[in-house]
Amino acid sequence: MESKTIALENDQDIAVARAQVRQIAAALGFRALDQTRLATVASELARNVVKYGEGGRLIVQPTEDGSGRQALRLIFEDHGPGIPNIEAAMSNGFSTGRGLGFGLPGSKRLVDDFKIESEVGRGTRVTILKWKA
Amino acid sequence: MNGARIPILKVGRVLIVPIQVDMDDNMVIHLQERILAELDRTGARGVLIDISLLEMVDSFIGRMLSDIAAMARIMDARTVVVGMQPAVAITLVELGLELKGVDTVLNADEGFRLLRSEFDNGDDYEEQVDWGLSAVGKQDHRS
Repeated sequence: MESKTIALENDQDIAVARAQVRQIAAALGFRALDQTRLATVASELARNVVKYGEGGRLIVQPTEDGSGRQALRLIFEDHGPGIPNIEAAMSNGFSTGRGLGFGLPGSKRLVDDFKIESEVGRGTRVTILKWKA
Repeated sequence: MNGARIPILKVGRVLIVPIQVDMDDNMVIHLQERILAELDRTGARGVLIDISLLEMVDSFIGRMLSDIAAMARIMDARTVVVGMQPAVAITLVELGLELKGVDTVLNADEGFRLLRSEFDNGDDYEEQVDWGLSAVGKQDHRS
């Protein structure tokens, strides 16, 4: 399956992103619980891009390892202000906006691999990966 | 999704809010305002929010549910959330969301029972208070 790019500029894009991620996860044969986990992560991280990253995009990337095991990779990119203190942003209860502060650490718990890269003034990229169970 | 509206029904003294579509953030905020306006307009004592068709609850929707419960409580109404899908419940816990102040039950029947037990008791209490006051009134007349 090919990669898909979804623009993240407004509230409706957040809803589109989670619906698309669920649809693609279902098409790949992820079980229902993992579809929900992926849709929820997509919603949390897409909202970060829209609310704090001044907009950006989501790349949905089906992938597999050498033995043919399938996974879904989601890449959230923005060119916003960046995160000065990633460690603080990854701790429970941290929030710069009106969110509950569960976005990043909560999302990390829902996936198998979570990577965050950020440069102040340049933007942020969060990459997550979930293997098909 | 655009233009879709969530109905708010009133049955007895309970507002029923069946959420049957995925809501974007604007719809979530709008729904919260409408529920509070309906509480004010109708004097309902309970809010029953059915999320059985909701396939995902993220931190934004979770906070809306907590906020509605807190605001409704201030307006003397109790909120119960019914029908959460198991996958949604598991994901919420993993995400670290507690849904503070929100009562959740399995289905609408249980939700109604919970709400009725709450405000039926409230009415009994009000009646007792009325009796008490009239008794005081009688005493006043006698003295």
